[in-house]
Amino acid sequence: MGILEVKGVGKRFGGLQALGDVNLSVAENTVHAIIGPNGAGKSTLLNCLVGKLIPDTGSVTFEGQSVLGRKPHEINQMGISRVFQTPEIFTDLTVIENILIPCFAKRDGAFRMHAYESFTNERELIEKAEQILIDVNMIDKREMHAGSMSRGDKRRLEMAMCLVQEPRLLLLDEPTAGMARADTNNTIDLLKEIRDKRDITMCIIEHDMHVVFSLAERITVLAQGTPLVEDTPENIRGNPKVKEAYLGEQAAA
Amino acid sequence: MVDQTTDTLPQRPAASRPAKTGFLGLKGSDATLLIVVAILTMCAPFLLNPFPETSSLAQFNAGYPDLMQRFVIFGIFAIGFNILFGLTGYLSFGHAAFLGVGSYAAIWTMKLVTLNIIPAIILGMIVAGLFAVLVGYVSLRRSGIYFSILTLAFAQMSYALAYSVLTPITGGETGLQIKPTDRPILSNLQDGEIGRANLFGLDMRSSFELDMGGWLFTFNIGYYIAAVVMLISFYVAIRIFRSPFGMMLRAVKSNQQRMSYTGLSPKPYTLAAFVISGMYAGLAGGLMVAMDTQVGPERMFWTASGEVVLMVILGGVGTLIGPVLGAGMIKYMENILSKINDNVLHQWFAFMPDGIEDFLVTVIHPFIGKGWHLTLGIVFMAVVIFLPGGLVELGQRIGRLFGFGKKADDSAAAKTPAE
Amino acid sequence: MDAIILQILNGLDKGSAYALIALGLTLIFGTLGVVNFAHGALFMIGAFCAVTLQRILSLSHEVVDETRTDFLGNPMKVDVPYVYDWFGEAAGQAIINWSVPLAILFSIPVMILVGISMERGLIKHFYKRPHADQILVTFGLAIVLQEIVKAFYGANPIPTPAPAAFTGSFDFGVLLGFDPFTIIYPYWRLIYFVFAMVIIAGVFAFLQFTTFGMVVRAGMADRETVGLLGINIDKRFTLMFAIAACVAGVAGVMYAPIVAPNYHMGMDFLVLSFVVVVVGGMGSLPGAVLAGFLLGILQSFASMTAVLDVLPGINQIIIYLAAIIVLLTRPRGLMGRKGVMEE
Repeated sequence: MGILEVKGVGKRFGGLQALGDVNLSVAENTVHAIIGPNGAGKSTLLNCLVGKLIPDTGSVTFEGQSVLGRKPHEINQMGISRVFQTPEIFTDLTVIENILIPCFAKRDGAFRMHAYESFTNERELIEKAEQILIDVNMIDKREMHAGSMSRGDKRRLEMAMCLVQEPRLLLLDEPTAGMARADTNNTIDLLKEIRDKRDITMCIIEHDMHVVFSLAERITVLAQGTPLVEDTPENIRGNPKVKEAYLGEQAAA
Repeated sequence: MVDQTTDTLPQRPAASRPAKTGFLGLKGSDATLLIVVAILTMCAPFLLNPFPETSSLAQFNAGYPDLMQRFVIFGIFAIGFNILFGLTGYLSFGHAAFLGVGSYAAIWTMKLVTLNIIPAIILGMIVAGLFAVLVGYVSLRRSGIYFSILTLAFAQMSYALAYSVLTPITGGETGLQIKPTDRPILSNLQDGEIGRANLFGLDMRSSFELDMGGWLFTFNIGYYIAAVVMLISFYVAIRIFRSPFGMMLRAVKSNQQRMSYTGLSPKPYTLAAFVISGMYAGLAGGLMVAMDTQVGPERMFWTASGEVVLMVILGGVGTLIGPVLGAGMIKYMENILSKINDNVLHQWFAFMPDGIEDFLVTVIHPFIGKGWHLTLGIVFMAVVIFLPGGLVELGQRIGRLFGFGKKADDSAAAKTPAE
Repeated sequence: MDAIILQILNGLDKGSAYALIALGLTLIFGTLGVVNFAHGALFMIGAFCAVTLQRILSLSHEVVDETRTDFLGNPMKVDVPYVYDWFGEAAGQAIINWSVPLAILFSIPVMILVGISMERGLIKHFYKRPHADQILVTFGLAIVLQEIVKAFYGANPIPTPAPAAFTGSFDFGVLLGFDPFTIIYPYWRLIYFVFAMVIIAGVFAFLQFTTFGMVVRAGMADRETVGLLGINIDKRFTLMFAIAACVAGVAGVMYAPIVAPNYHMGMDFLVLSFVVVVVGGMGSLPGAVLAGFLLGILQSFASMTAVLDVLPGINQIIIYLAAIIVLLTRPRGLMGRKGVMEE
């Protein structure tokens, strides 16, 4: 029984069957990658996991509890965090404030009326936020305006915002999309570090095979809305079906 | 609203910077700001009357009770509006409705229960707050221009109802006043005596006048009570701006999607901000009634909602002091510009040759007297186009111009943490 | 039955004005992406074009009339409009009489000028700024425009009569087989409705059947792609703004005989027109027209005594109430497209 169980999930947009009967089991404290050609339904699947979309059929359970019908913030409070394809951060706020917001969310829940309180009483949270900034090597940018940073820094900040919540499951949507090689390698190192140091499960959607094979312990290949195969990286490499799915795409293009 | 430029960023104070807790739990620059504002409001009867009674500039004096009361009351209204608009970015075009509802609640308290202003003001706040819960709950289901239109629709509905159907409660077009027949249960009025608003016996209208040489200074009880309430509201607003809650409101403005995926629900935060700003409006409405014991439906018309938007933009959206400055500026222009007429202009330009004098008077004529709205519109447009940060940004630019350099930047940034 | 027909007719003229203003607002929003709070002011300027033309045509000089004497026995001085001198008395009188329809010709160049200078001078700098900024700056512009008009024409409404031929009323009831005097409808309101239909049809035909219109429609659908085709979309959009201004302007000209123009009529109509646009669906032209007429008629039904007896005051709030209900149940309005104004 994995930490995340997806059973028979299907989703249809008008005439397009985006997902058809997806079954997926992500084991606790592993890195599980979902790969597949464009239009395979990877993003749709991710959106079903975080409450942005509600699947037409099937069930999604996290630690034995159903996530279906819950709002995104409720799902996050259950222990699932998400990193977006284009970094979603609070661009008008400073870096430290960006980190503090998830800290408050983790401690106080979805809403708390702390309108008359002061930050001076929040030493503990501030120290926690500073620690994570040190971990991701951004402490020198503490007071910087998040919107004015480079894309790589925004991505690291978003990752830090997710990590500070100590999620049980971290979903990453193409975490290295549009990155230079050096930045990609840094991100891989960062993710490896997180994997080794923390008690965390990761689920990665990724195009870049270099990233996938550096990190993943299990790989699911998705094609045309259904899982083609699920196996270890070594076996996936040699699997003729996978090659066909990708080569087919290349031939079509 | 205010451009997110990067030039002043490094000085931006983090809400989280380990600061020494200073005066009333505020950190240094905020405490200074509060103290400065407190001193200015307390000395306003002097400061606003700089010209001797007999001088030709006496009409620029603003130190009379009626106008000073409006400065601080509209200041409260604008401070509250800024908590919603400045922090969350939700532009309400119907806030005057809360002011009106607060006013009606307050006058009924005075007519029926007691002439003491405190219950009236508190009830005004509560009723406005409840109304804001209702309007906010519905309107906040939409954002952007749809939210603006929904709030506008609610306010116009309230206005229309107050004007017509609800006449038994609102007095219709003529509004409500305290009448000789009103007998509040907690008062001991003589027969036929018209009740007057008071605070434990202190009459709101009583004033102490100080005649010094050519100057006449008026110290009005009503003004000082309103000013103290304004200072308290200002202090509370600073606390809200600097609190974790204030940070959440800025997060609402910045990225609602990220907020939901961070485990926070944006809606209750926005609704709370909406209700707080509605209560500020109700407080202002209650105070207005406490000062002049009357209310009419025009207080809820949409132009009144537009006016508070103008005040906040003119002063500086999302800044602490901006709304107070904007409210003062607009009320001053309304009163002083509209009093200037052609005769006054002729007096001023009398030293010039006749032809030029007449020409100048003709040119300036459309902008003064009844035309002061034209001046207001032009100033407002200029602010939106050239100075999105309002008067506060103007102050910063002037500060930089005179070479205060980094120091000016620091104090400026301290005032504008929530842009 | 006759009462219902009467209310529908009564709703049509207000509905026509809402529809025409909402149409212009939607054209501007759809093409330029700008929320124009000054659009009501354009309607008001149109109405004052009618006032101005009437005043220009009535400019007169004093002439001593030897044939008539005043009560002291001196020859009487009378004012003779210049147009009498130029075209003869009969033709001159006719021209003054018909000044409102003539003002349409007068208003078109004026509105084009106003529209182009507004767009080039102010609005274009706000394309990339947030909607809140656009609302605020055009709100400021609306204040300025109405105050300028107030400075020139004063604060009081200025009655601007329709041509004498249309001042009467038309007994609709007889036409439909009811008793006489059951459905009386002023001629001018009927003309206003027909006029509005012609303008609306004209705008739709223009967008449908001309290349220019096709580009504009494509631009409304997807501005960036059209820009990539190498079509100079900006110039066309400037012209589109001028056209929208013209629509509002002529709507104002023709409305002058119905409500005597005053400086704040633009704002009064604007608030309602915005509600109309939102109900119809931001960016949907048919939605704007449909919602304009629907709300006009709804308002007129709510003003019936039978309705008011049951729900007092409903006529005052019906439009806003309808807007709230529509916005909450159909967030995109009656005919709104997906992805328009959804932050």
